[in-house]
Amino acid sequence: MSADIYKKVRANPKFAELEGKRSRFALMLTAIVMVSYYGMMALVAFAPDALRTPISSGATLTIGVPIGAVIIIGSWLLTGWFVHRANGEFDSLNNEIIREATK
Amino acid sequence: MITRKHLLGALLLSLAGAAAFAADAIGAVQKQPLNMTAIGMFFVFVMSTMGITYWAASRTKSTADFYTAGGGITGFQNGLAIAGDYMSAATLLGLSAMTFSKGLDGFIYAIGFFVGWPVILFLMAERLRNLGKFTFADIASYRLDQGTIRTFAAFGSLTVVCFYLIVQMVGAGQLIKLLFGLDYATAVVVVGVLMVVYVTFGGMIATTWVQIIKACLMLFGGTVLLFLSLSQFGFSLETAAQKAVAVHKDGIKLMGTGTLMADPITAVSLSLGLVFGTAGLPHIMMRFFTVPNAKEARKSVFVASGCIGYFFMVVCALGLMAIVIVGTNPEYYEGGNIAGKMLGGGNMPVMHLAKAVGGNLFLGFMSAVAFATILAVVSGLALAGASSIAHDIYARVIRKGTASETEEMRVSKFATVGLGVVAVLLGILFEKQNIAFLVGLTFGIAASANFPILILSMYWRGLTTRGALLGGLAGLVSAVTFVVLSKAVWVVVLGNKEALFPYEQPALFSMPLAFFCTWLFSVTDSSARATTDKAGFDDQYVRSQTGIGAASASSH
Repeated sequence: MSADIYKKVRANPKFAELEGKRSRFALMLTAIVMVSYYGMMALVAFAPDALRTPISSGATLTIGVPIGAVIIIGSWLLTGWFVHRANGEFDSLNNEIIREATK
Repeated sequence: MITRKHLLGALLLSLAGAAAFAADAIGAVQKQPLNMTAIGMFFVFVMSTMGITYWAASRTKSTADFYTAGGGITGFQNGLAIAGDYMSAATLLGLSAMTFSKGLDGFIYAIGFFVGWPVILFLMAERLRNLGKFTFADIASYRLDQGTIRTFAAFGSLTVVCFYLIVQMVGAGQLIKLLFGLDYATAVVVVGVLMVVYVTFGGMIATTWVQIIKACLMLFGGTVLLFLSLSQFGFSLETAAQKAVAVHKDGIKLMGTGTLMADPITAVSLSLGLVFGTAGLPHIMMRFFTVPNAKEARKSVFVASGCIGYFFMVVCALGLMAIVIVGTNPEYYEGGNIAGKMLGGGNMPVMHLAKAVGGNLFLGFMSAVAFATILAVVSGLALAGASSIAHDIYARVIRKGTASETEEMRVSKFATVGLGVVAVLLGILFEKQNIAFLVGLTFGIAASANFPILILSMYWRGLTTRGALLGGLAGLVSAVTFVVLSKAVWVVVLGNKEALFPYEQPALFSMPLAFFCTWLFSVTDSSARATTDKAGFDDQYVRSQTGIGAASASSH
């Protein structure tokens, strides 16, 4: 692949747009996952009683169980959201960039 | 403190290194009578995967076919294969055993093993696909000095592969001895031979399908087991929890977190090592090169993390229900004493659960799945090792790109056979050794030597050859040193009294050190090479973002 194409891509304002949008989105999702996971770990370390609260009065299961499940399912849904946007919106922008660079 | 650390160490073992925990916790296991159901079912698995290997062999013509299935695996298939690579025998055995003995803590741990995946997707998946061709070294050395960085990255990959293979082999031998009633050495040889056959003849196509089939079997087995077990509690997890709390020695404490964060430094170090170590495992990264483009690479992580997340939740629920079904049944304890040792070791609750709710036939099925799991993981490892030797060291560094396709293929097949022989020999050699430290070491090296170079080469323009080499070395040396000075080696293996490094896990310390050294030796690097390194970033960046110039799928 010639360096020319890469130069053309860099000059295209759409590339900056793609790069900015996708990176911001990826970083935001990473932050959500990391903050919720390490937030839970902080609860475990510093406020262990919080996780021992029963899910409803008289129940044996504690809120630790749904919180954990929400982190797993929630971050999986976030991967779905990322894939949806990246494979749709971002990829069509990407395809435009490639088309404009190779024509 | 000691018990806590022991717990963390045991957990790492059980989860990180496939059957490693089995090897450790079971120790010198009693050989069981031959289990014909399990052997029969495993035989069916082997025959069908051999059929696939035969078919795959006819499609494996080029090096691209061999290393990456010609990039012709779909995102969905690759997702299952990644899940098959990651859901080891030990996640099934170790995670359920953890919930069985520690309740909610086991579940909290499981989450730590999961959260790495979304992060790999967000930060790495598409760049890995767009930049890489066959190996992780392709990416690390993309704009840096080929000879130096490719050699170092290949060396890093091979180290990780060899340690991980030992862990797998020893675990496999112990587990099979226990579940199938085969001899340890026989079991190790069987695993080694099958691994070599899959990889040399079927390459990545066969390996991928072994992993896909195994992932499906494991998801199916886990789901059936969940259904059968839940049916004993009127399909209510709450009922199961009530009964578990009533019979468990920890009572209601089971439903809260306890010992988990008592040693937060080890816990954080463990979770860092797992999250970023996973992202630095050569056989996992290699899976991203088997799909045709970044789009499919992303899809595959979505599928993989869905399977992995689901499976972890199922396994933890199984551990909870095993407390009631297995934990109160004297049949599963040595001498019928439920306060004493569990038959086959503390790692076995889920296997006993399979027998309790599904009978011998189902136990046989789950045992066969566990064996298949080990095969799938070692095959992926052998392929990653062979590609480092043949593609990186032989074709690129020694022959500097002049080797023909046929020559490279031949070397890769010899390399696979060589790795198979080494794996079997080391597996037998390490039978009686305590290999606990190898898991920490493997993940420590992956997170501290491989991962920093990889992520910085993709994200940081300022990375230079000198910085990458010295930073990677710093990560490698410090990870090894910390593990040697920790309890697992310094006290357990070398017989000293007191560990010099108080934590079990090196990543919290060795990883930042690697990043720091990489940064320091890069920014102070004013050589001509450094200018070339930095100048290469712009083009690499465009390629990593857009996929222009990325290796494309070969057509058949």
